[in-house]
Amino acid sequence: MTVETAVSRPLSIAEVRRSIESGSSKASELAAAAYEQIHARDPQIHAYLSLNPERALEQARRIDDLAAKGGPLPPLAGVPVGIKDVLTIEGLPATAGSKILEGYTAPYTATSVRKLEEAGAIILGKINCDEFAMGSSNENSAYGPVHNPHALDRVPGGSSGGSAAAVAAGMAVATLGTDTGGSIRQPASFCGVVGVLPTYGRVSRYGLIAFASSLDRVGPFASNVRDAAITLGVIAGHDPMDATSSPRPVPDYTADLDKGVAGLKLGVPAEYFAEGLDAEVRAAVEKTIEQLRASGAEIKPISLPHTRYAIPTYYVIATAEASANLARFDGVRYGFRAKDANTLSAMYRRSRDLGFGPEVKRRIMLGTYALSAGYYDAYYKKAQQVRRLLTDDFLKAFAEVDAILTPTAPTPAFKLGEKTDDPVSMYLADIYTVTASLAGICGVSVPCGKSGEGLPIGLQILGKHFHEAMTLRVAQAVESLQGEQ
Amino acid sequence: MLPQARPLPNPDSRLSSAAKIKLSMATTASVPPEILAKYEAVIGLEVHVQLLTATKAFCGCANQFGAPPNTNVCPVCLGLPGALPVLNEKAVEYATLASLALNCQVRDRSIFARKNYFYPDLPKGYQISQYDKPLAEHGWIEVPTPAGTKRIGITRLHMEEDAGKSLHDGFPDSATRTYVDLNRCGTPLIEIVSEPDIRTPDEAYEYLTRLKEILLFTGVSDCNMEEGSLRCDANVSVRLRGAEKFGTKAEVKNVNSFRFIRAALEYEIERQIEIIESGGRVVQESRLWNANEGRTYSMRSKEQAHDYRYFPEPDLPPLVLTARLKEEVVKLMPELPEARRKRMIAEYEITEQDAQTLTATRSLADQFESAARAAKNPKRVANLVQSELTSRLKARCLELEQSPITMKGIAFAADLAEEGKLSSKQLKQLFDSAFESGEDFPAVYEREKPQQITDPAAIEKMIDEVIAANPKQVEQYRGGKKTVAAFFVGQVMKLSKGQANPALLNELVTKKLDG
Repeated sequence: MTVETAVSRPLSIAEVRRSIESGSSKASELAAAAYEQIHARDPQIHAYLSLNPERALEQARRIDDLAAKGGPLPPLAGVPVGIKDVLTIEGLPATAGSKILEGYTAPYTATSVRKLEEAGAIILGKINCDEFAMGSSNENSAYGPVHNPHALDRVPGGSSGGSAAAVAAGMAVATLGTDTGGSIRQPASFCGVVGVLPTYGRVSRYGLIAFASSLDRVGPFASNVRDAAITLGVIAGHDPMDATSSPRPVPDYTADLDKGVAGLKLGVPAEYFAEGLDAEVRAAVEKTIEQLRASGAEIKPISLPHTRYAIPTYYVIATAEASANLARFDGVRYGFRAKDANTLSAMYRRSRDLGFGPEVKRRIMLGTYALSAGYYDAYYKKAQQVRRLLTDDFLKAFAEVDAILTPTAPTPAFKLGEKTDDPVSMYLADIYTVTASLAGICGVSVPCGKSGEGLPIGLQILGKHFHEAMTLRVAQAVESLQGEQ
Repeated sequence: MLPQARPLPNPDSRLSSAAKIKLSMATTASVPPEILAKYEAVIGLEVHVQLLTATKAFCGCANQFGAPPNTNVCPVCLGLPGALPVLNEKAVEYATLASLALNCQVRDRSIFARKNYFYPDLPKGYQISQYDKPLAEHGWIEVPTPAGTKRIGITRLHMEEDAGKSLHDGFPDSATRTYVDLNRCGTPLIEIVSEPDIRTPDEAYEYLTRLKEILLFTGVSDCNMEEGSLRCDANVSVRLRGAEKFGTKAEVKNVNSFRFIRAALEYEIERQIEIIESGGRVVQESRLWNANEGRTYSMRSKEQAHDYRYFPEPDLPPLVLTARLKEEVVKLMPELPEARRKRMIAEYEITEQDAQTLTATRSLADQFESAARAAKNPKRVANLVQSELTSRLKARCLELEQSPITMKGIAFAADLAEEGKLSSKQLKQLFDSAFESGEDFPAVYEREKPQQITDPAAIEKMIDEVIAANPKQVEQYRGGKKTVAAFFVGQVMKLSKGQANPALLNELVTKKLDG
């Protein structure tokens, strides 16, 4: 039996730039080609929720005018990109994958998206995701699941599954996703693309429809490490509209990419290679680690002892914050409102009951419980204490190593419907990613091999706060090793 | 374009306006005084004060009362998906200034928290407030009581944002719908919570008056109760005098006028005493003051069951007050009313009552002081305010600040009187003219230039006339009752139709009588 696939490598940012600069292609032609690709592939994949070709072609024409005048071209001139539908763009829909925001049009643009646009990127459309970014398979979208381009009967991962699948299917050169507990890294791993988790505070959250405010990050997907680094460089930086964004200057993330790993100390935490890790994933990751050793890196076994508390800690904090963040979806001012409600409380109840999907409701209830009088200390407060311990684990480790290597996910992409009835097994898909989310550190998922069935496997590279350049440098080395095979 | 507010189904009874609140068993509050005297009230006040910043607490929208509905709004204060709060530094400065003026200890590091509840005028479904680590704690203010000055503790002062307004009335379809105006959303507030140190409605009134006065002097708020920039809730319980344990408290809400604070508390205290006296138990609940009926009504007790699920606001880092900011705030601290009154009494030899009147607002006190310093006799300036100005203002329902006669004008009048250039009758006439024409005193004086008789011969002639007509009084005077001189002065002044130069008249009367 052969599995249907729809994989297609998009142009790189450098290729886009070269073709526009040389005049061999116009930005408007590249945008039109991207839409052709979407029309050809997306009926099978369902990565896009909405397209805005007129707006995109207008943006592309501006780049073409600029190119015709001889430039200079901004860093992402003419690069076709897609935006996860939890980020707002003025005048475009913003559904967050939820029925409760069906028909809602955002009146302002997210800072990360604005920065992409200012850098010349062409926004193709808004991309499918799990409802309010809650999920690990993209099956929680109110608008239907996304299919993995590597195997259409499999999930692309989640919650940014559409953003990963769009790049994997050549339907965008780069995309933006968001990561709260692994929502960039895990789909990158499942779809065989590069996904970056920036340090908390590195990329503005303004315009990101919040799931869990202390964990939410915006980050790029691309088909290669260099493009991910360039895109990160564009969206990173301080934003006066986000009080949690960092004023630190943004380095050139491509400067050190090709320095290799010789002389670097790379930590391998035992806790990430324990029970539950798929044998093929283990083999691919261990093989890559050996190759990095062979390339001159010093591989150091390390321990992150509080790892086993990460999943429950994450699900207390994330759901608690979500229970408050999602309170605003009440049918009063925008979005879905149940029609047949005669009292205010009936309007609240029915609008939220009909507007939210089951996983979102589950998490709102969990979070409400965790914050309730009499339970706060046992759950939320305790979780915050464990979060501190998990962060300390990493800080101790980074005193000895430059980066940490782990599998991104315990398995390759699983089948659609395989875990939908078992929330806990679904939550465990994030077992290797939630730790970095809780600690606020940065990371990358980079492809490091394939399973026997041809499913991509990702390596997660974690770095200390604001050391994105280091993780990208190691990722570049891993990517180069793949090329050699 | 921002989404337009949509009409909502009318809230259920728990959330509806005063008129729709379910009536509870009300008492008529007619407890005999000897029974009332057995009890003592324990009162704590929670006061919300809007800060006078140009922009809102967490966004750049204008912080302005009275704009057309839903016009001072943006994605942040509308709570639109993806919007984030950013703290207004001016609000921090004002809140800190208020904290220091109320003798509070200000935390170096305070934490914002989310207070979760659903209401249509609360767009995010939570209010950004402060919870276990408020901006300031352990303050106090002093209030006058019949037994002397009393210190009322301030438990805490914290920062928060205001909610919008639900409009239940005034629309053609108000019977079935409620409208929401979100202009007020995100207005910076401070909440000032007193210790349960207040024992009488009078003390509560004094506390509020002093609190308002202090805040007005710092300039952080206009404390305008009518516009809702100062709002007060009261926690009230009663206990037998001498008892240590507090009784069950009720929270009286909606006491939105200084006029009603005493009445509302008196009503509530009697209500609770009557319940206890008749063998019942006070229910812990929120009660709404209805000023028209002069009583409090129970809001449904479901309100009490509210669990706000406070947790630290993840969108805002801890509020760290740097030493530099604290220093800057200290520099902004004005002389506060109590200290200023003490100094003014000493400096201008005015009475406590004068000082009280003249410090009604900071700008009035400033005006008085600059006028008084230039005047020949500051005390006379203060006297004229009390004797001539306040009654005329009162008669016209004007505030001191709305007076046609400025402090400068009063000082001008005081100097003329001091020099004897105006009789008191003339002074009164000029004050009347000023109030009629709305002009300041000097303008009226220049125009009317009251005639004065300064010719000693003319005055002496009138004195002779009066002396001749009043032999009995002359006898009294010469018998040693020197105060009778005033009688002669008055009679001559009357005879001169108020135009005799008072200084000259005084001098000549004494001379004639002694001679």
